[in-house]
Amino acid sequence: MSNIGSYDERIKNFDWSIAEKELDYQPGNNINIGWYCSDRICELGKGKKQALIWEGSQGQEKRYTYNELRLTSNGVGQFLRDLGIKPEDRVCLFMDKIPELYIGFLGVLKIGAIVQPLFSAFGDESLIVRLDNAQTTAVFTQRKHAPKLRKILDKMPFLKHIIIVDADPSKPLGEREIAFDMDNASKPEKFHIHPTKAESPSVLHYTSGTTGQPKGVKHVHYSLISQYLTAKWVLDLLDSDIYWCTADPGWVTGTSYGIIGAFSNGVTQCVLDAGFSADNWYKFIEKHKVTMWYSAPTAIRSLMKAGDEVIKKYDLSTLRHLASVGEPLNSEAVIWSEKVFGKPFLDTYWQTETGSIMITNFPGMKIKPGSMGKPFPGITATVIDADKFEPFDGPGKVGLIAIKPGWPSMMRTYWRNEETYQKKFKNGWYLPGDRSSIDSEGYFWFVGRDDDVINTGGHLVSPFEVESALLEHPAVAESAVVSKPDFVNMEVVKAFVTLKPGFEPSKDLDLEIMNFVRKKLSPLAMPQEIEFIETLPKTRSGKIMRRILHAKEWGEEIGDTSTLEND
Amino acid sequence: MKEIVRTYVVNEYVEDDTEVTFDTPLISGGIVDSFSMVSLKRFLENKYKISIPDDKATPEAFDSVNKICMLVKEFTKE
Repeated sequence: MSNIGSYDERIKNFDWSIAEKELDYQPGNNINIGWYCSDRICELGKGKKQALIWEGSQGQEKRYTYNELRLTSNGVGQFLRDLGIKPEDRVCLFMDKIPELYIGFLGVLKIGAIVQPLFSAFGDESLIVRLDNAQTTAVFTQRKHAPKLRKILDKMPFLKHIIIVDADPSKPLGEREIAFDMDNASKPEKFHIHPTKAESPSVLHYTSGTTGQPKGVKHVHYSLISQYLTAKWVLDLLDSDIYWCTADPGWVTGTSYGIIGAFSNGVTQCVLDAGFSADNWYKFIEKHKVTMWYSAPTAIRSLMKAGDEVIKKYDLSTLRHLASVGEPLNSEAVIWSEKVFGKPFLDTYWQTETGSIMITNFPGMKIKPGSMGKPFPGITATVIDADKFEPFDGPGKVGLIAIKPGWPSMMRTYWRNEETYQKKFKNGWYLPGDRSSIDSEGYFWFVGRDDDVINTGGHLVSPFEVESALLEHPAVAESAVVSKPDFVNMEVVKAFVTLKPGFEPSKDLDLEIMNFVRKKLSPLAMPQEIEFIETLPKTRSGKIMRRILHAKEWGEEIGDTSTLEND
Repeated sequence: MKEIVRTYVVNEYVEDDTEVTFDTPLISGGIVDSFSMVSLKRFLENKYKISIPDDKATPEAFDSVNKICMLVKEFTKE
């Protein structure tokens, strides 16, 4: 029997107080995610239980019990307090998937500061816009990533501390830099946890939109209620589980379920900090006897591509439950996983702004491969007409996914951008920006984004950001960025570029521009293909018609071109 | 060829003073991620005037300078 039991029964009797009671939380009490993920588990008598098993790319391993998680995160908190970091200051974690990232996350929250996780592959341009928007006070990073921060230091007068977690004692530190050796730092047994309340800010994740700069999604400590219960009911976390969430905590899955959901449920989780290879992943599952595996369609399709033979080399029989997130999981991947692992990957649908799983396939429920599943109990979700913003009266119609606001992990605002936040609501519904239909049995079926944002490998990339970066290259006159289909990543970035006089298209220029964007923004944002063209399709008023380029890439009907400039 | 590829990897993908030898794991070691592999593949194709099919451009085949050079040699022979 799974943790959720009967979905239909849960729907009938659901109230978020179920999670509050399980966590011994009463409205008005203090609620601090850092405490719930470490101290509370120790108070439940599980201090000696393994919390985190970390493996690096060279096979090196580190292990932390829940008591070590508690003490070490106390040490992080103390270090930050001694530096003068105050509640609600923004502290960025800009690191690979190393223990300092997971434990640092809890330490920052314990002092009431706001964690700002940023993907460690971000380039300097991506960093500066996010750090500037958040007015970040301190950044934790590694030696290998520090040069990117040094490059933009002059533009960040607000940034007081760059905390290097693996500093080389034989080399001098740079301006504003300070070394912090987490494992060997003092670990206070008694530590004053900041008395955060339900609405105290906790995490600031950045996400991309079609236009404008990335938006800082503000979450609060009360999000724990959703993250704890969805991890328990959807990921079906059991006390005996060895859990592996493959997501990077630079993105929301890596924090909501790679840290908060896992530790608040007191499970043992494994982390592999290494690049992808099918052999390494299967070896990791076998070695650590992983039972619950939460991954992403891109990874699953990469495993499919690696073939079935490699699977036979490993004993994967410990796996008992699989789930997926980041982008729609195609039916072929569901069927393949059932064939090779004996159980299907269950798709889960949610986003940075929702903070936790919204629509999903539950353990024990009839799975329709390719479907997103049904709303989590307590979540009122539907599909609405894109013009009237009202639910359809029958099944099968494609419209906008709409969710009634009010669940615990709902974002509270976009950081310093309340106006954009308000635009996410229509007629009393929160609109995630995706389109789907609902069948006669209440299953949701994903159709696509409702905007131009590119979902590549489960990460959102703003075409606007890529176009802006392209325009900074000396050879580029104009650019338009769209998605193109890709077997592994679902879609990847493609750029159409016109060149300034004096520049000619060439393979070397193509590579130079690719690398230019990769270093400025991130590898995810790097166009995987650049097409040099004479002119971009524009409206008579001069607006670039991305729609036409997108349709061409996807083999779709171009539609109305009556406003095309050179029609 | 090995030194050319190694130098390119260091210049393009390494931010600090991490040492990259001919056997350093590039993909599994997290130096070159799967998205950046596309630009590394493009470099090899441009430099050696070859075309590497996608099914040969696997994380395993790109996992060290030595492995990359073996792959490139397969196509430069033809």
